[in-house]
Amino acid sequence: MNITLRIWRQANASAEGRMVTYQVQDVSADMSFLEMLDLLNEDLTLKGEEPVAFDHDCREGICGMCGVVINGTAHGRGESPVPTTTCQLHMRSFEDGATIDVEPWRAGPFPVIKDLAVDRSAFDRIIQAGGFISANTGAAPEAHAAPVGKLQADRAFDAATCIGCGACVAACPNSSAMLFTAAKITHLAMLPQGQPERYSRIKTMIAVHDEEGFGGCTNIGECAEVCPKQIPFDTISQLNRDLIASLFKKDGK
Amino acid sequence: MAITGLILIGFLLMHMYGNLKMFLGAESFDHYAEWLKGDILYPLIPKGWFIWLFRAFMVAAIVLHIYSAVTLWSRAVAANPTAYAAKKKLAQTYSARTMRWGGVILAGLLIFHLAQFTVKAALVNGPASASSYDMVIGEFSVWWMVLVYALWIVTVCMHVRHGLWSAFATLGANTSAKARAVLNGCAWAIALLLYIGFMIMPVAVLFGWIRS
Repeated sequence: MNITLRIWRQANASAEGRMVTYQVQDVSADMSFLEMLDLLNEDLTLKGEEPVAFDHDCREGICGMCGVVINGTAHGRGESPVPTTTCQLHMRSFEDGATIDVEPWRAGPFPVIKDLAVDRSAFDRIIQAGGFISANTGAAPEAHAAPVGKLQADRAFDAATCIGCGACVAACPNSSAMLFTAAKITHLAMLPQGQPERYSRIKTMIAVHDEEGFGGCTNIGECAEVCPKQIPFDTISQLNRDLIASLFKKDGK
Repeated sequence: MAITGLILIGFLLMHMYGNLKMFLGAESFDHYAEWLKGDILYPLIPKGWFIWLFRAFMVAAIVLHIYSAVTLWSRAVAANPTAYAAKKKLAQTYSARTMRWGGVILAGLLIFHLAQFTVKAALVNGPASASSYDMVIGEFSVWWMVLVYALWIVTVCMHVRHGLWSAFATLGANTSAKARAVLNGCAWAIALLLYIGFMIMPVAVLFGWIRS
């Protein structure tokens, strides 16, 4: 396959960026999208040009490190019925001779570091504000000591699969990180271990979410469509329920 | 946003029902119009007070609704400093996409609507009359007025289509894919009901099925 790429090039956080066109020859349909970018970078390196910077790590869709907007959809899901991460998107999804637009996540709270790599530490700060449980350390308790209902466990697990890649923010017309925050809230709200801080957690996490400059949710639904882990859209309503309930809790407890 | 939005949808349903009284004739409609301004809740409160309390309540709902919208809008603008070169829409509906500018158009035409029928300063056909019935007949006998009204109600109903679902989702009712389908179905049903309910009366006037 021969592919034409239009890639966002930006030397550093403060530099002006622009779309630059590259040709990539002899791409195998079995390559992943990132392997195709590797091929481009090898070529650029041999020519003495600066290779394209992009984030990646596990390359098996579980770490949340990779992520670029491909032809206008986060992770390049496009029309496919299967949600994906960028590393699990393969070149067979594209036609020979295709022109592909590749851009970084675009949101104020995710500043570009270089080319396609963005700084997602805003997510870390949301987690630091309450995405944890305070438990005494020591030997792991016996698992049957804290029984969890099947439905609750499933719901917690569905939400816990969030890998924090940021696709929800990239896809959101409001650049809201509500699906990410809701996944963390729902994950802990469904489990007995999460109960002691349930209603204080939501207030502190939402406060930091807003401080970081993410927009507000208007229930449009783009986030859940591109989420590679299929975090359910209804986690946001779980977050809203807990937020409303927290208003009537003394000291947010 | 959600609570004030639902109050406004409740008002629209009531207003639509009231408009249908046009089909019962001049006496019935004018009596209804007088009653709205007259002795509701009398003698609990003095005559004529209810309408002003109600207007204050509606203005408060609208102002809070616009305040929330402006806050959300400015946060979204601040959070989106750079636009995508290519952007594909996967889930958003036309009504979801047009909530903001649609809301602005809707509010502008609402001012015209109030100037027309409440203040009676912007009547397009016929004099200001004590009979609301005669004024409604006069205004909707003009074809382009019915057209403007029809387009305005389209923007209202599109706003309600996304707004109703979104309000319930914000209040925590989006609990599953099925709940989503039900809420969106209700939003469609209410929007269509409002459209039909608001449009049959002006169309009936235009075609002379209701006359003075």
